[in-house]
Amino acid sequence: MKVWLLYRDRDFDAQAALPPQAEEVAQDLQLQPLFGAMAGGDAFLSEVARRVVLGSLEDPAAITYRQQILDDCLHNQAAVRELYALAIEAIEREKKAWGWLLSRYPEGVLSRSIETLRQLSSLLAALRQLALAQRDRFQSEGWRRLLASLTGELRDEYLHEIDGHVQRLAFRDGLLIRAQLGSGNRGQDYVLCEPPAGSGGWAEWLQGVRERYLGNEPSSYAYEVAERDEAGLRALSELRGQGISAVAAALGRSTDHLLGFFTQLRTELAFYLGCLNLHARLMQWHAAICVPLPVVRTPLPTEAALSAEGVYDVALSLQMTAALVGNRVEADGKGLVLITGANRGGKSTLLRALGQAQLMMQAGMFVAAQSLRASVCRGLFTHFKREEDPKLRQGKFDEELGRMSAIVDCLQRGCLLLLNESFASTNEREGSEIAREIVGALLESGVRVLYVTHLYDLAEGFSRSGSGSVLFLRAERLSDGQRTFRVLPGEPSPTSYGEDLYRRIFGADSEAAAAGAARRTA
Amino acid sequence: MSAVSLLFDSPVDRPVAPAPACFADLHLDEVVDWVIEGREAYDLRSFFHMALQDCEAVRQRHAVFRDLQDHGVHDGTCNFARYMLQVRRQLELAGRLHHERQRQRWFLEAATTYCRAVRWFAQELPRTAPRSDRLQAVCVYLQAYVGSTPFTAVTGEGEALLQQLATLRYKLQIDGTRIRVSRYEGEADYAQAVLRTFEKFAEEQGAAKDYRFEFPSLDEMNHVETAILDRVALLFPGVFGRLAAFCETYAQFLDSTVLRFDREVQFYLAYLDRVRELQAQGLSFCFPEISGSSKEVFGRGIFDIALAPRLLADRQRVVANDFELHDPERVVIVSGPNQGGKTTFARTLGQMHYLAALGCPVPGSAARLLLVDAIFTLFERQERLENLSGKLEEELLRLHEILGQATGRSVLVMNETFGATTLVDALALGRRVITRIVHRDMLCIYVTFLEELTQLPGTASMVSCVDAEDPARRTFRIVKRPADGRAYALAIARKYRLTRHAILERIGK
Repeated sequence: MKVWLLYRDRDFDAQAALPPQAEEVAQDLQLQPLFGAMAGGDAFLSEVARRVVLGSLEDPAAITYRQQILDDCLHNQAAVRELYALAIEAIEREKKAWGWLLSRYPEGVLSRSIETLRQLSSLLAALRQLALAQRDRFQSEGWRRLLASLTGELRDEYLHEIDGHVQRLAFRDGLLIRAQLGSGNRGQDYVLCEPPAGSGGWAEWLQGVRERYLGNEPSSYAYEVAERDEAGLRALSELRGQGISAVAAALGRSTDHLLGFFTQLRTELAFYLGCLNLHARLMQWHAAICVPLPVVRTPLPTEAALSAEGVYDVALSLQMTAALVGNRVEADGKGLVLITGANRGGKSTLLRALGQAQLMMQAGMFVAAQSLRASVCRGLFTHFKREEDPKLRQGKFDEELGRMSAIVDCLQRGCLLLLNESFASTNEREGSEIAREIVGALLESGVRVLYVTHLYDLAEGFSRSGSGSVLFLRAERLSDGQRTFRVLPGEPSPTSYGEDLYRRIFGADSEAAAAGAARRTA
Repeated sequence: MSAVSLLFDSPVDRPVAPAPACFADLHLDEVVDWVIEGREAYDLRSFFHMALQDCEAVRQRHAVFRDLQDHGVHDGTCNFARYMLQVRRQLELAGRLHHERQRQRWFLEAATTYCRAVRWFAQELPRTAPRSDRLQAVCVYLQAYVGSTPFTAVTGEGEALLQQLATLRYKLQIDGTRIRVSRYEGEADYAQAVLRTFEKFAEEQGAAKDYRFEFPSLDEMNHVETAILDRVALLFPGVFGRLAAFCETYAQFLDSTVLRFDREVQFYLAYLDRVRELQAQGLSFCFPEISGSSKEVFGRGIFDIALAPRLLADRQRVVANDFELHDPERVVIVSGPNQGGKTTFARTLGQMHYLAALGCPVPGSAARLLLVDAIFTLFERQERLENLSGKLEEELLRLHEILGQATGRSVLVMNETFGATTLVDALALGRRVITRIVHRDMLCIYVTFLEELTQLPGTASMVSCVDAEDPARRTFRIVKRPADGRAYALAIARKYRLTRHAILERIGK
């Protein structure tokens, strides 16, 4: 029995290592609010969400597989939640009954397995009932396969068969074990045997008579372990253990298989439950969402698709509990997107929104946009400006380059790199030169780059070289200096807008306003 | 059957030799630790302290090394060594355990393992056709030994007995605290019946936890096990009687020449193992051409054999260098930027000459070396830094002592000598010392910042290099060229390998 709700052909591995740099990506794209909304207060859901979102799919067909399963989930929320509850019940029951007994000895394993099998058989029946009742309402390939396997494999006869063995394995009449001598004359190859029909008291008595009165060689010798001989009793129990170890191991594996199934079911459902939770939250303020269209990866970044309508920062929306103005980005065939313009004009927010959308798409989720069509990337990496760590031994620029170098270690053709104010911790000329060198080499190596920068020298350099594969976006500022938080196509412009920000924060007291006032008076 | 040795001309036991004085400075103690690691039982260290004094002895060892580089000879020898390890472990148990029937059985197993090992190896070794005199002598010895009466007797009886013990079958009926031991009479396997039923379920499990329980297998059996064994012996008295007799008859079954071979061959195997390890990482080793007098030495692609394994463990590159001396050059003066690998290079030259005198392959793709009679080292002692004048004095005393002992076949490695005095002083002292060294006709490697010394006759200048494109990168290359005193500046971006070229290369891989 396989769950296989996250991959068409395999289990989701909740222990698998996340891709390199995943922590940095989660931090830079501010994914915590997203995971929080998916969790709905359940730490397990949050953990699964984190692992699935950060462990991107790269095959559009695999993404579609999840999208269709998610669609079924959205249409059958009650059934999905009931199934999830059943899986939890199974795990809880087993823990409650046997969590304290972690014996690895065969006798411990055997009795734990027998007890667990007893506990789970009713839940297996319930699972089967649920599957029988709901199977016609699900359309997706993944769900149909799972429900068919639940109804097909958990037949009543099979459950009865299990019960039969549970009875027989109590060994009420003692054990008969065959052995031989191994290295050092130690007994080995213990095998559990069926007691022969004619054995027992009568045969033994007859043999005794033969030996005592007819001079026959004794055919058996007995050894009695004294009641107070603790070491002897331990040795005896070990001997029993050797005899039953093969049977115990088989039952132990069978029980684990059952529990493993319930655990896997819970884990994989957790992701979809997270999506349902997120969906419910976003619908509270009627935020726009859509099912994105993943496009197969192209060999060159200059052939890659990326077009979005109304894409917004979902983390920000969750924090503000409000629908946000989204942006339109038409970057099909652009290997480099350079975003320049006013400070606090929405550049970083757009960059994050694009990163989040890419990750959510490649997790098989809906995305925070009115529409999105994008090539899948081989791995998404982020290099964002960081606050300086006072404990840091290195200088800021040193730290930045060290971080960049660590990312380059992970990059390969087909990756997507999001840069936010990178290489700005030195003077502009130096920063631009290094950025030009790095970005140029990345594009040449087949890495797609989205870059928020106020390094005018750099942006202007790309603009002058007139490459058609660069998209320039600029944070909009109205003629009165007001920001709209919209980012529109536009060539870089030499002045930054720090002064605006200054004016807004310091208001009329700012020097410029004071100067203007002075002029008017004059 | 005359006894043979794989390491020396005659098979006599030699006294334990202490480590030569140069060992610590050249990091040869580390190298030996690394080479013999895991082979402590063979007591090999002493062999690495005994440098050879004539070229013929070196060639004899080269020949054995060459034989053992052949897969057939090597694998056969290793296999034999593994057998012998097992013999020793079985004998140890036969001596240590308490229960007599256990001890007897282990003794029987040790004897049969030994016989199988020797018989197998006596066939296998000639088949792999070793060419060295010494391994051929081993072949001859083994042929005679396996045909001898004592050997064939212990082999035949041991095998027969082992076979009889293996076929014994008994059964245990466990009921409460009582165990009844009797002969097995064909009762059916019940475990199989249960397994068949649960098979389907268990098989589906992918990464299942393994419930197969490993019962702690102490060598010593507990008293329930020995009680059972005693009863099994009562059920089968004939076999156990023969076992006891075997142990008395063949108490001394080991042969001293076989034991000597088993130990001595480990000198070669240990070193070759490490050579292969480094070769697998792309480093070269070679058999140096050895001369007893010529100072026209050279080495290509040489590296520090102590440092290389540490670098590779840290996934760092090992930089190989070349050197070459032509008459009348005697003193290599190594100068250049700090942290550029100068000391490592000097140490490498010392190591090469020592390893060559052991008859071992040396780091590098090709080499011609002097068979030295002694290697002296004079390294700066950091711990004495507080007393500068004392330090200079100590250096001069030590130099005086060395020059008193050194001959035309000696090597001296000096590291930052005369760093503790003024430049003028150091230059004057350096000139005098080098002149004496050249006059003594010995070889010397001197790491120093005193570039002016390269003007002296008999010296050869070598310089640690910086990358012309990237001054921040330490190349660890040392090349033979005039000292130029070139400084280098740091280029921070290059340090992080973020140049266009570096990125293309890193991502392109």
